[in-house]
Amino acid sequence: MMPPMSKNLPKSFDSPVLCVQGISKTFPGVKALNSIDFSLYPGTVTALVGENGAGKSTLVKVLTGVYQPDAGGNILLDGKTVQIPNAHKAALAGIAAIHQETVLFDDLSVAENVFLGHQPRNAIGLLDWNAIRSGADAVLAQIGADINPDSRLRDLSIGQRHMVAIARALSVDARIVIMDEPTASLSHKEVEDLYAIVKRLKEDGKSILFISHKFEDVYAVADRYTVLRDGEISGNGEIADVTRDDLIQMMIGRTVDQVFPKEDVEIGDTVLNVEEFTHPTEFADISFDLKQGEILGFYGLVGSGRSEMMQALFGISNFHSGRLALDGKECLIKHPEDAIEAGLVYIPEERAIQGAILPMPITQNIGLASLGKTTRCGLLDATKEFQVARHYSERLDIRAASLSQLVETLSGGNQQKVVIGKWLATEPKVLILDEPTKGIDIGSKSPVHAFMSELAGERLGLIMVSSDLPEVIGMSDRVIVMREGRMAGEFSGDDLRPDLLVRAATGNQEV
Amino acid sequence: MPTHSLFWTRHETALSVVVLLLLVGVNLKSPGFAGPGNLVELLNDTSILVILGLGQMAVILTRGIDLSVAANLALTGMVVAMINSVAPGVPLAVLLVLAVAIGFALGAVNGLLVGKVGVPAIVVTLGTMAIYRGMIFLISGGEWINAHEMSDSFVGFPREKVLRLPILSWFAVLLLILMFVLIILTRLGRNFYAVGGSPHAAVYAGIDVGKTQFWAFSISGAFAGLCGYLWVSRFAVAYVDVARGFELEVIAACVIGGVSIAGGVGTVPGVVLGALFLGTVKNALPVIGISPFWQMAVAGSAILIAVIIHAHSQKTQGRIILKEARTVQ
Repeated sequence: MMPPMSKNLPKSFDSPVLCVQGISKTFPGVKALNSIDFSLYPGTVTALVGENGAGKSTLVKVLTGVYQPDAGGNILLDGKTVQIPNAHKAALAGIAAIHQETVLFDDLSVAENVFLGHQPRNAIGLLDWNAIRSGADAVLAQIGADINPDSRLRDLSIGQRHMVAIARALSVDARIVIMDEPTASLSHKEVEDLYAIVKRLKEDGKSILFISHKFEDVYAVADRYTVLRDGEISGNGEIADVTRDDLIQMMIGRTVDQVFPKEDVEIGDTVLNVEEFTHPTEFADISFDLKQGEILGFYGLVGSGRSEMMQALFGISNFHSGRLALDGKECLIKHPEDAIEAGLVYIPEERAIQGAILPMPITQNIGLASLGKTTRCGLLDATKEFQVARHYSERLDIRAASLSQLVETLSGGNQQKVVIGKWLATEPKVLILDEPTKGIDIGSKSPVHAFMSELAGERLGLIMVSSDLPEVIGMSDRVIVMREGRMAGEFSGDDLRPDLLVRAATGNQEV
Repeated sequence: MPTHSLFWTRHETALSVVVLLLLVGVNLKSPGFAGPGNLVELLNDTSILVILGLGQMAVILTRGIDLSVAANLALTGMVVAMINSVAPGVPLAVLLVLAVAIGFALGAVNGLLVGKVGVPAIVVTLGTMAIYRGMIFLISGGEWINAHEMSDSFVGFPREKVLRLPILSWFAVLLLILMFVLIILTRLGRNFYAVGGSPHAAVYAGIDVGKTQFWAFSISGAFAGLCGYLWVSRFAVAYVDVARGFELEVIAACVIGGVSIAGGVGTVPGVVLGALFLGTVKNALPVIGISPFWQMAVAGSAILIAVIIHAHSQKTQGRIILKEARTVQ
């Protein structure tokens, strides 16, 4: 059992409800959790804090049976070792989670979403719709959410969906409630309501694991804290004993002295000028310049509108207003094709979904976006396509047995290189990289970083969206921070400090 | 009662208006088409399509597709017809149970391969479709079983009338109610929607996706098995090519009825209306002197229109990130 970290513990801290001992979780190439130890106590809110990618969501998924931990660790409930093979078993064990990505069903009603998988049934085993409806009504009322249980989930706002997700967790009679970034997309009023809900749950004796990187949340609700950094526990104890600075120190840990092969490059003329970019619901008043040879970082919390804004620049969604000029020439980008033509390229975050065509060979993947250059008289010149693929795979140092190897058989880092190669082949002026090293192992990160420097040296303008603080600070000449769809600050030179960026991103003035 | 959107949406309203207009329109040109006698005939004619459509709906709801229903029907039909011709003494009730059981087993094969082994549904059922057809040839040697080889009760049962409606139609009504209860009042039924609507979220909700798919295919198979008997007795003939290509009509009925091929959306009344629409078109075209070949074109156009309307109404909106956008809600 975990040794107490601070003196004078209240009695309840002696007997944890849930105790995690030595839990690790390895994904191919990445150790997401490394020998985690921590405990949850009855009637206590424990805040789990850490940077994006520190392993918080992975830990939640292990506790809720979505992921299976590596062999060797133990999860104890009331002192007894338990296995949590699936989400159903987790619910039976009294563990309920409100996940970060609200995992709900768009086409089902609110009441159904609340009870799906554990609907009340009548004596002969048929669903009891009256109980489902009134039960949903009751639990929604309990959390003060004014939502009609009959409305379809698709018609609700993100905030309302979160309320439904909370109601769903409460509809299971859970002793342990896990809330993964519950306030990330709630308005101020909704956040206040949520705090009240958390307090009520606490009074009912439930153990709450509250995950957030907003310090206002942590200080408003938590009794204890646990800090995760790079998949390891970097601190825990009572919240009363730590300052925000202490927590930030534990979150960031390392000073930013990691090897980021960022070379100083001569900054040239403005290549991209964006003015007053505004979308009805996603972002507003985004204006910035990008110069040749510059790496411009975009930092912010998950869901702060960075990716949405970049996708709008690239013409994926064209439901927005604003002006965009490349090399001083105003362009109208209505479709990604226009953007590529104009020399602006976006490399998406979800490689598998938006980037590479996994079951296709390397050659065809690299050649995909520049077919116009490798096609003559409407026919594809396979030799030329191969030359292009070879050129870029050599430049990017893609490790593969041959260029006809399927992309799905490559490691994450090499997949990312294939995607980058595809876009370089279009010979762009501006390259937007969305989370370029997310989910790839440390070893593959620095080649990607080195290559970014090299591209900047070739007078490309680079935009890097990243939630990885050391990466943003290490690689960027300048950083724009976004919060809730708006620009919350611009930092360069000596102002490129972790605490300043985190403060701007969370809207927390007194860090 | 559940929320009304589970069994009636704008789509069902629109489709019933279309079917009604069709009936009234054809009736103007050919009085008596919408008369009670002909309507009973029409309903009876569409019964098998309705039953198969309901089974298919379960599969499509889970993001699957069952191309093997017509082959399942033909194989099961052949088996019961052969038993009847060799041993006319076997009671009809036994044959009915047997038909359902064989159909269920054939569907369960699909369900195991899709749900447990994880092979895509279109591949599995394309394969079993060919296998089941081949099996008919193997057991029958390519021979036909004709009306005179079947017992009177075997052929006569679906035609007997209860309350002026043939038994065949009553089967459709019975299964409609059964499916309605299954879809609305059981966890399995609701799990169909969850699994098809968002397999990812279904896992988080503690739903066994593979098991849910297994049951969808097994139900589709059981319905097809029952239809095997109904088909061979109604047309009083069983041979290798019975109902060849009918699976496409079944899928068409579902799609026209508003079942989303992407899974997770669809209603029982929608499927029934989709089947009735196809049945009405099929019956109306000869009456108003249009070549039955047009029926295919009309059905095809109806599918496209239904899907286009559906796609249009589901156009994606942006996420809500800005504070102002939230307060508007």
